[in-house]
Amino acid sequence: MFWDPDYETIDRSELERIQLERLQQTVRRVATRVPFYKQKLAEAGVTPDDIRSLNDLRRLPFTTNADLRDNYPNGLLAVDLDNVVRLHTSSGTTGKPKAIFFSAGDINRAADLIARCFIMTGVRKGDVFQNMMTYGLFTGALVMHYGAEKVGCLVIPAGPGNSERQLLLMRDFRTTVIHLTPSYALYFAGFLGKNGVDPKRDLALRRAFVGAEPHTEETRRKIQESLGIEVYNSYGLSEMNGPGVAFECIHKTGMHLWEDHYLMEIVDPQTGEPLPEGATGELVLTTLTREAMPLLRYRTRDVTSVIPGKCPCGRTHRRINRITGRTDDMLIVRGVNIYPQQIERVLMSMPSLGHNYLITLSGLDEMTVKVELAETAFDGSVEHLVQLQNQIVEKLRAEILVKPKVELVQSGTLPVSEGKAKRVVDQRVL
Amino acid sequence: MNAIRLVAVFAENKPGQTARVTRILADARVNIRWTTIANSGSFGVLKFLVDNCDLACQRLREKGLMVSTLRALAVEVPDIPGTLNAVAESLAAEQINLDNTSGFVANNKAILIIETHDLERAKAVLEQKGWRVLSEPELLNI
Repeated sequence: MFWDPDYETIDRSELERIQLERLQQTVRRVATRVPFYKQKLAEAGVTPDDIRSLNDLRRLPFTTNADLRDNYPNGLLAVDLDNVVRLHTSSGTTGKPKAIFFSAGDINRAADLIARCFIMTGVRKGDVFQNMMTYGLFTGALVMHYGAEKVGCLVIPAGPGNSERQLLLMRDFRTTVIHLTPSYALYFAGFLGKNGVDPKRDLALRRAFVGAEPHTEETRRKIQESLGIEVYNSYGLSEMNGPGVAFECIHKTGMHLWEDHYLMEIVDPQTGEPLPEGATGELVLTTLTREAMPLLRYRTRDVTSVIPGKCPCGRTHRRINRITGRTDDMLIVRGVNIYPQQIERVLMSMPSLGHNYLITLSGLDEMTVKVELAETAFDGSVEHLVQLQNQIVEKLRAEILVKPKVELVQSGTLPVSEGKAKRVVDQRVL
Repeated sequence: MNAIRLVAVFAENKPGQTARVTRILADARVNIRWTTIANSGSFGVLKFLVDNCDLACQRLREKGLMVSTLRALAVEVPDIPGTLNAVAESLAAEQINLDNTSGFVANNKAILIIETHDLERAKAVLEQKGWRVLSEPELLNI
């Protein structure tokens, strides 16, 4: 079943025709209304009339994270402030935030894409949707909220944290769908266990949407098993309206990226050169339908690849692989490039380990991985713990080619975040 | 089977951990009759013989600690030279390996606490040699 069958199963050639038309409109609008882009296009020697095919996309300048900060607060607006109905800021961790503006039409379109995502995973009117993501300046919760209402779900705007209350709401209103970060999902599963709640027996949960943090297939498996539900991966970023940019269908073989609203490219993060289909690189997105704040070739810093071939669900929008890292999350330890997700994959594949971990870099390139033990893994024997520790060190070394120190800690002692989990602490003095 | 139960608690190897664990036991009015702490780098395992094993485990778990119970043998042996050697020789003769072992003397009685993978056989060997394997209540009443 589809939310918008005509567009979701659109013929590729028709899709490309629409993409070109929308790209041309977007370039024309920013060239006349956004001084920043006017100047950028002039520097690149491109005029709107030069965009005659989708191949001309690569002639356009990139927009970066830094451009958004430099143009804070409203340098990138393409409409009058009167026509803006919502402001979000991105979850930037340092310095100035990035302001993201929405017109009424932008909100409607973002919600419509979320509705596609919900229907695509089997959610229907009548489902009860508990939104356990942070409401507020962060786009994650509100955009999903609007989409869920569009589908006709009963929406519970629970926000994150306060697990006792989450459980109460879930029980009393028979919640069927939840939306939360993968780290909170793992924490919450542990919370249910400690409180003697068997989700399959005591709750009505059927699906979870997890996003806002890159995570691994092993993490998905752990969430699915511990909560007894189907977990779907959600991709989005505040700069592109938040969640709903790409989403998994029931086949869970990559996330369909809504190509009638976002034009995607995969580029080499170093050179910016577009890479052939299937290659892994940085995802670059151009908004095709955004009114308030169109962005050209935005460097997401998210690392992924396009999955070739058709999906059995019938949607013609191409799929991207789960995000394997961020170009700015990459750690360089003793000269080796390491993504935190590689470490997560190893840890999550070991049943003796819990859900939470923390990577600390200190001194001169010393890496310490703290990981929580699973409740069941402690049998009172120091020898067994030492064996487990050595096993983790070996597995990590095989994966990341650097030998880390591993510290086992008690479950529930590492900090749990309610927004984005902080997995890496870099205290190196280099 | 006259095995005694020891409470084992996981703890990170940093200041205050033993204090934290023992404070919970003290608050629960649990009496510690014997203890060892084994460290290995960043973590350690605290082991206790207590007068109320179930209560101790319950309270420690409630406070979020990782707890496990271990089974061990408590053997009363003569407090004279050569006893430990005699015990070790007799177990060795049966190819029984000692994992963690400790001993103390209380009220003129020498007690060995023996952890081994082969409790049943170890017990049979020790009793055959005439040493008494104490039950948990017997040990606690010394």
